[in-house]
Amino acid sequence: MSTSTHHNGLLRFTTAGSVDDGKSTLIGRLLYDSKSIFQDQMEAVEQASKHKGLEDADLSLLTDGLRAEREQGITIDVAYRYFATPKRKFIIADTPGHIQYTRNMVTGASTADLAIILIDSRNGLVEQTHRHSFIASLLGLQHLVVCVNKMDLVDYDEQRYNELVSAFKSFSSRLDIKDITFIPISALKGDNVVDTSSNMAWYGGSTLLHHLENVHVGADRNLQDCRFPVQYVVRPQTDEHRDFRGYAGRIASGVFKKGDAVVALPSGRETNIESIKLGEDDLDLAFPPLSVVMTLEDDIDLSRGEMLVRKNNQPEMLNEIDAKIFWLDSRPLNTSSRLVVRHLSQEVRAKISEVLYRIDINTLHRDEDNREIDMNDIARVRIKTASPILADPYRTNRTTGAFILVDPSTHATVAAGVIG
Amino acid sequence: MTSKDTYNLDHLSELEAESIYVIREVAAQFDRPAILFSGGKDSIVVTHLAAKAFAPAKIPMPLVHIDTGHNFPETLEFRDNLVDRLGANLIVGLVQKTIDQGKVREETGHNASRNKLQTTTLIDTIEENKFDACIGGARRDEEKTRAKERFFSHRDDFSQWDPKNQRPELWNLFNGKHAPDEHFRVFPLNNWTELDVWNYILKEGIALPSLYYSHQRECIRRDGQILAYSEYLNLKEDETPEMMQVRFRTLGDLTITGAFESDADTVEKIIDEVAATRITERGGRMDDKRSSSAMEDRKKAGYF
Repeated sequence: MSTSTHHNGLLRFTTAGSVDDGKSTLIGRLLYDSKSIFQDQMEAVEQASKHKGLEDADLSLLTDGLRAEREQGITIDVAYRYFATPKRKFIIADTPGHIQYTRNMVTGASTADLAIILIDSRNGLVEQTHRHSFIASLLGLQHLVVCVNKMDLVDYDEQRYNELVSAFKSFSSRLDIKDITFIPISALKGDNVVDTSSNMAWYGGSTLLHHLENVHVGADRNLQDCRFPVQYVVRPQTDEHRDFRGYAGRIASGVFKKGDAVVALPSGRETNIESIKLGEDDLDLAFPPLSVVMTLEDDIDLSRGEMLVRKNNQPEMLNEIDAKIFWLDSRPLNTSSRLVVRHLSQEVRAKISEVLYRIDINTLHRDEDNREIDMNDIARVRIKTASPILADPYRTNRTTGAFILVDPSTHATVAAGVIG
Repeated sequence: MTSKDTYNLDHLSELEAESIYVIREVAAQFDRPAILFSGGKDSIVVTHLAAKAFAPAKIPMPLVHIDTGHNFPETLEFRDNLVDRLGANLIVGLVQKTIDQGKVREETGHNASRNKLQTTTLIDTIEENKFDACIGGARRDEEKTRAKERFFSHRDDFSQWDPKNQRPELWNLFNGKHAPDEHFRVFPLNNWTELDVWNYILKEGIALPSLYYSHQRECIRRDGQILAYSEYLNLKEDETPEMMQVRFRTLGDLTITGAFESDADTVEKIIDEVAATRITERGGRMDDKRSSSAMEDRKKAGYF
């Protein structure tokens, strides 16, 4: 596996589940079976496990990197893990299960293409199963893999598996996720994780790794709506490039081609793309998530926070944002606070003008009677901004539809929001 | 093949795009950013990405090198050539100066190193130059504490990292707001693995110090490690330097960086070797072996 070609590119996924669902064991299994655990790491884990009086190596010690986590035996913060097979490279956001660390789960899921939800076959669906699936859905993840784990402890019983699958399906009809795959596994014994299980002949589907290697996520990207937020203006001011003015940024969505007619927002000035550059190279076209520099045929005024789009397909200009927010701060939401919205490369002063309702994170019900928003709560709110932002609904655009709220007095990131 | 497949990026291009975005975000959000340059392959890749991010303009921030005085001469020569070629601004913080000022004391004994001392020099350099963001080449796959790092990692006015209370970092929306005297450490290579770095070096044809390639060198064996022999190494009685065919997998100080026997003298051969290796990259670093929380403790104190 020495070449750089993983045919199916990069897959970012997150793992969620409650504390004893076997999440760490599953990750350990994926890393171990794909030969991504090094000898010195394994030796350190074996030694530490022995020190704790355990018979088997505790693979969670591989992932729990902070002293406080090892002391308490829980995951506090997201840890990122990497492994690769000849087919694909993987980034795992290993997120905490405890409710008080929901904000870290949200962090891990925000950049993921897919979420793995673990269910303990003996306990069935629990609060965390609902909460994590719901968060994945709110964050616009299109792919969910429900792993019914510890099948060895229910004698690999097909009927028990089917019961849990139907229970999840009746719950997930309320979610906004189209691709949900179910796999019966035993992370401890290795059934259906990397190798097909001989204990569950009744299961005709893929193993987990096979599914992760082949799941198609390319179609999740928005290639229709051209959005290029200007991040930085490149002006060399050298003799060689006296008049060079390039607009650096990352393509948020859509495909931009050299020569395309574009409109600069909010000014409305029209021009054409003169060139698209990546370092010294000239590109004919650029698409997400490429970071490029564009030069324009006309010398127009354009700076950070502004955007290049197509004339017949423009984002909304919002002074008032309707959004669902995840409250991340330890101090509860206070509607009189002055906040800052950070959206794409833009920063505007803002205020939460109204809390419409709180969402019960376990039942998905609207709670209009309780509008006190504490850490880890999800609420639907209305936000007023001092100047307009150029945005799309999160459902159609995960880049231009997302924002965070920053408290200018503490500089803390107090909330994450999705528009629409 | 659907038309959508035309618009797929290979994983190295996707990592490159992410890193360039992060570096530009630093230039846009901070008043006095800098790149921490160690002379190792990761900081060389970061510098390459920064050059790419702002081309055809020069990198709009200085490179900062904390010189322990125990560097490989090859590293320093490489550094000076690179700075010349890029027309970059170089700022050097000298650990010797920190020692001369009496702020830290040199370690003694056979395993004495200046690794820990450089944290003080780094913090002094940050304060003197009023840097509000320092870009580093650390990666999450290097070590279990680093697996928890954000892209924008907040440091208080004592340069401390509070791993239990990190700012949530969602999507690619980086919050670089901070009080005066606080700063950020920024890690554009967070999502890269050692193998990604080497494959990218191959793909982009990035030049590296000769130390990474197999060469003849006088070394000693100590505690199962091979260390380069130099005037800074305190020899034990039974240790005699011998000539070996070695290369280095990471570059730190002469006194702490373990070499290993290898014939890999090209990037391709190194990639094959790295792919087949069963020991982590930092497995050869004496500084990490001091305890299982060695990295967490050093990072909290303001280490790279």
